[in-house]
Order: sequence, then structure tokens, then C-alpha cells
Amino acid sequence: MIDLERTRIIAALVENKPGVLHRIAGLFSRRGFNIESIAVGTTENENVSRMTIIVRGDDRMLEQVEKQLNKQVDVIKVSDIDRGNSVVRELCLVKVNAKDEQSKLLLMNYAEIFRAKIVDVNTTTLTLEITGDEEKVDALINLLRPHGIREMARTGTVAMARGPKSTEIPEGR
Amino acid sequence: MTETINGAEALIRALEAEKVKHIFGLPGGAILDVYDRLYDSKIRHILVRHEQVAAHAADGYARASGAVGVCFTTSGPGATNLTTGIANAFYDSIPVIAVTGQVPTKMVGNDSFQEADTIGIFMPITKYNVMVKAGSEIPEVVRKAFIIATSGRKGPVHIDLPKDTQQQKMEFEYPPVIRIMKRMAVPQGHPGQIKKAAQMLANAERPVIISGGGIIASNASKELVKLAEYLMIPVGVTLMGKGSFPDTHPLSLGMFGMHGRKIANDILSDADVVVALGMRFADRVTGDASTFCTNAKIIHVDIDAAEIGKNVRPDIPIVGDARQILSKLTSEISKLKPTKKTAYAEKVKEFIKECACCQDYEYDEKPIKPQRVMKELNALIDEDTIVVTEVGQCQMWSAHYLRIDRPGGWISSGGLGTMGFGFPASIGAKVARPDCKVIDIAGDGSFQMVLQDLATCIIEDIPLVVCVMDNRTLGMVYQWQDLFYNKRTSATLLDHAGVGKGRAVPEVPDFVKVAEAYGAKGVKIDSPGEVGPALREALSSDIVTVVDIKIDKDEKVLPMARAGGSIASMILSGRCRKEPYRFTG
Repeated sequence: MIDLERTRIIAALVENKPGVLHRIAGLFSRRGFNIESIAVGTTENENVSRMTIIVRGDDRMLEQVEKQLNKQVDVIKVSDIDRGNSVVRELCLVKVNAKDEQSKLLLMNYAEIFRAKIVDVNTTTLTLEITGDEEKVDALINLLRPHGIREMARTGTVAMARGPKSTEIPEGR
Repeated sequence: MTETINGAEALIRALEAEKVKHIFGLPGGAILDVYDRLYDSKIRHILVRHEQVAAHAADGYARASGAVGVCFTTSGPGATNLTTGIANAFYDSIPVIAVTGQVPTKMVGNDSFQEADTIGIFMPITKYNVMVKAGSEIPEVVRKAFIIATSGRKGPVHIDLPKDTQQQKMEFEYPPVIRIMKRMAVPQGHPGQIKKAAQMLANAERPVIISGGGIIASNASKELVKLAEYLMIPVGVTLMGKGSFPDTHPLSLGMFGMHGRKIANDILSDADVVVALGMRFADRVTGDASTFCTNAKIIHVDIDAAEIGKNVRPDIPIVGDARQILSKLTSEISKLKPTKKTAYAEKVKEFIKECACCQDYEYDEKPIKPQRVMKELNALIDEDTIVVTEVGQCQMWSAHYLRIDRPGGWISSGGLGTMGFGFPASIGAKVARPDCKVIDIAGDGSFQMVLQDLATCIIEDIPLVVCVMDNRTLGMVYQWQDLFYNKRTSATLLDHAGVGKGRAVPEVPDFVKVAEAYGAKGVKIDSPGEVGPALREALSSDIVTVVDIKIDKDEKVLPMARAGGSIASMILSGRCRKEPYRFTG
């Protein structure tokens, strides 16, 4: 479980070019910052990627994370995402043991409760797709664990503030 | 006007357009096209004997000239040999541009001959680095490199240049259109914060200023002296800040920190307001940060926001260029019509005169005491002298005792603490400022890491002085073993085999013979009276001269604060006053 008090969601807009992820990952390991997850993808601007980074640490470290990110030439803008006022999501695929009808039915029940989807099924396993914040995903995974999780893939969290305001790209130099 | 040329030619023309006059380097297969174009350029190339020297020389060049230092090497081992020098420039925020050749784009990633992941290797030790993907990118890459290296907190930039990009034909135009999405404007200090700082300083009873390398980088010495004199505030320096405030100024405390002066550390520890300018509270300055100036309010001025609160949490942070902020701060203070801190300043001045750290020593015994060498050097240093140091005892004696009165008159490896930095940096400094006398205060350990470049000094006609503080030990490590490791001198005796228990083989090397083998001058000094005349003669020589001074290997750099201890309680020398210097009594 992630300690909510001490994690922070940071969205960094970066130049979309080779080596940027390497640079940011290197920065984190070099400075001993603890990344819970990092998700990278393109944005509405094809020259810009958005990194959503979940980082854990004390206040001083969290402040350093933001400042060190801001120092990078390839980092255009860093913003702090307020969990209380944002949409926070990750996607998770879980392949779980389901050898008999009874366990298949139980798992389908779980899926419905969690609004997860059954995306694959066969005689011995069942694959679920769930979307939500880390807590919701963790809760489902904990339920599935006793059945025997065969394989799991999580995307890492992405997040966006609610309301009409957007994370604008500032004018360049 | 555009013109069709190849990428290598574009690089040279772009560097010419950036007013580059000198390049330090050593060629190889992957950068041959660039060297072919350099053959016809007006830029002077200084051929070194080891790539590490090229990087340190570019670093020393930048520090002595204020311009960007440039170095060239080939791919693979050429590039990896540069890394120590580039890391050194990175930790001391020095603008250097390193251009490395790379295997052709199509062969990158195949473990080709002399291929290394140069981008990956240089990434954590540069402000920025980039592999050129097409020859046509070169003008933009070069322009960006210069902007990034010299803006905000300065630092090295690395350009990796695959061989095919050097050969590609392209339309050349300079300056090119550049695209940097990041906002590069430098903050000039928040006016409200500056007002608060002015108020705090005006009301301070025992203020102290710490001046760091940022004062030199922002050319703010005049503004610093003005502020200090306006309120009568004692000023001390970090190793990187030496020269930013004149050492001969009556308000000068000298250097702070582990090997700082007792007076400096005592007055700092007694301060009620500390103004830290262009410095980063490095551990060698603060000692144990939790014991550092616990009773003082701290005003921290730095151009790099990430340095604020990283090691020491300030009461008033101000982000921006030190020169701008200093002049605004002084003008805000003057509006408050404050009283000068005269009584305090006069007392501190008395202490400075008394403190053993601030004296010259005439010691005339044999073996020669390093303090005597420092005294002789002080008599020779003038405003046209650039003192460069290696790392270790030689550096700390120099930082402690030498009187440097101008920014740029002192060049030393701070953050990385690189042995083998001084001699190459002297080469760079002398090339940048041929009008200056350049002297490298070396240790015999450090000098042996790079002495092959005596060849460069002779062949490229770079006359400088290497003053070897020769104690046949890795002196600073030897000192730590003596103080903290029960005198077990493991592997620090340079004239003994193995870990030091083996047979002694003195006089390896004979530095005079080494110098002579390269066509340089060498002179061996073992009595104190010869030191001054020998250095004077060396400084007036028209070829590089190695002055090998046999010093007492058991003389320590004292006082010193223990690593991880408080700077307020130093290990003292017999010369030091026992009680702390405190205005408050």
C-alpha cells in the first residue's frame, strides 16, 4: 500500500524526443528519489510528452524532486496534482486461476463489484481489466490473490486536474 | 546567406561564429572529418597527450577567461577519458562544451569498434547532452549548447557527433533558428524577499557573509564589496568563492569549512544573520548541517532554485542572479538608513589580525615547512597572477594561506576534488590569459597523474610554473590516517611498495629529470631560503618550469574540522588560540 500522506503525483511536460525518459529516470536513481510509478505518453501537442510520476518521500525530498525536474532543459513544466481535486487512474490486467465454474462465477462477481471487465477466459484462467486509482486496483488484487495470480501488468498512474483549467505549455524563450 | 558544406565544416564554422579561439583535444577515427576541417580554421587547437587533460584545460580556460572552454575527442576511449574533467566542470558549474566523435549512426548500438554509450555516460555529469542525428542539426545544436552552458547556473554541455553526420552535406546558416521549449529566463530575485532580507541585515548584530563561486560566475565582486563596506559585514569565502572578496580586505575572514580558518568558522558560528551568496552549503563548508549556524537566521541567494533548502533550510530564500540581487539589496538597505556594525566589525578585525590562520610563517627549518612556501608565494602573487591548485594538502594550504584579491586569480577543483586537475587547468588558464603568470600549486601525487602534458607545454609554447609540494605521500589521506586511522599509513607512502610496508625507493620519479626529459626546466629545492628565488626565476622563465620543493611530510593542514563534525569545534594546531573567537564573549 502506498502511504498517501507521503506520496505525491507530479505531472511533467517534457520534450518528446529520445533520451528524455533516460534522463529523468537517471535523475531519480542518482538522487535517491523513490518512484512508485512513472507513466509516459504523448499529449495534445506532438512535440510534448507527459510524464506522470508518483513519488514517495518526506517534504524535503518531494520539494527536491520538483526542483530537480525543473532544472532539466528538456522539462518544460512541472505541476503538482492535487489528489482531492483530480481524476486519478491506472489500468491493470490480471490473469488469475479459475479452474472450475464456481471460481469463475466468483471472479465474475468481483469484476462486477469493481466494475472491472473480463477480457479473456479459458478452461483454467480468466483475465480481468480494471481501471481506477491505486487503492481500488490494490483492493481487487488483494481479493484475487488467494485464487492464484498467474500474471499481472499495471500501467502506472495518470492523473488530470478537474475543472476547465489545463496544464498549459508556457511560451518558450 | 546559406551555403552547402559538410557537417564537420558546419561545426567549425558554428564554433567560429561563437567566437571560439581555442580548442583542447586529441583526434581519433570517429572525429577525423572535424579535424580535417579544423586544419584550415583560425581556431588554435592545443593537442594534449591525454583526453582528461583536454577537459580540465577547457575548464581552466573557462575559469580564467569567463568564456566557454571547448574540447574535442574521438569516440569510445577518447570520450570516456574526458569524463573526469567534464564531471569536474559540472560540479563546479563551469561552462565547457565537449564534442566527441561517435561511430556512424547506422553502427550505433552494435558494439562497434571504439563505440561507447557516450550519451548515457555523460548524461549525469553534464547540464545537457545530445547526439546529433543529421548534419543539418549541427548549427542549432551548437547554438543551443552555448546558450545552455552559459545561462542560469552554468555547466558543461556534451555533443556526440556520429561520423556520418560530419560528412553529410547541408545548407549552412548561422545563427540558426533554435527551439527550446523551456523558459530559460533567469529570475532576478523576488523584490519582497529582497526587502525582507534588507530589513533583517539592517537589524543584524553579528552578520556574516559567505561568498561562493556564484559571485565569480555572476561577476558580482564589486557589488559584494560595496555591501560589506556599507554595513561593515565580515565576509568569508568557500573554496570556489576564493578571490570573490579580496583576501587582503580588512573585513576578510578567509575560507570557511573543514579546512577553513579558525577565525572564519568561529565568527560564522557566532553569527546572528548569515548571508550565503552563490553557494550551495556543501558538506565541506557546513560540516554536520544540523549543527551549522543553529542560532542564525539564514538568507540564501542562489541562481539555482534546487539549491535552496537542499542542504540547509534558509529563513529568506532569494533565487536569481547574485549581481542583480546584491545591488538591489544594498539599495534597499540604504533606504532603511541603518547604523553600521562598526563595533562588531572592529572587534572582528582585531581577531583577524590575531588569528594564527591569517599569518605568514618564516619557518626556516629543514625539511621545508609548507607554510614557508605559502609565505614566499604570497610575496610573489600580484594582480597578474593566476594561482591554480591540485587537490589535497597542497590545495588546502593554498586556500588557507594564499592571499588572492581578484576573481579569476584562483582556480581550484571544488565539488569533485579532482587530483590531476591543476596542471591541465593551468594549461587552459595560460592559453586564455597569456599575459598572466600562471602557477600550479601541485602535490607530487596529483602531478604524477597528468605530468605527461609537460610535452604540450613545450610544444605549444605554454610557459607556466608547476610548484610541487613534494612530500612523497598522498598527503591528505596520510594526514587522515595519522589523525583518524591510528597512524596506519596504508598505501599513502609514494616511495614505498605495496601498502607501504615494503622497501623504500626514494626519488622516483626525479621531477627534475622528468622535466628535462620533456625539454622543460626543473629545479630541486630542499632549503627554505631557495624557495622564493627559485619561484621568482621560474615565473620569469619563458618555458614551463617544475619547481620540486621537498617539504615536511608530517606537517598537517590544521586546523581542521572532522568530517561530519561541527565546524565550530576544530582540531587545532599548536599555533591556534584555544578559545573560540566570539564577539558576544
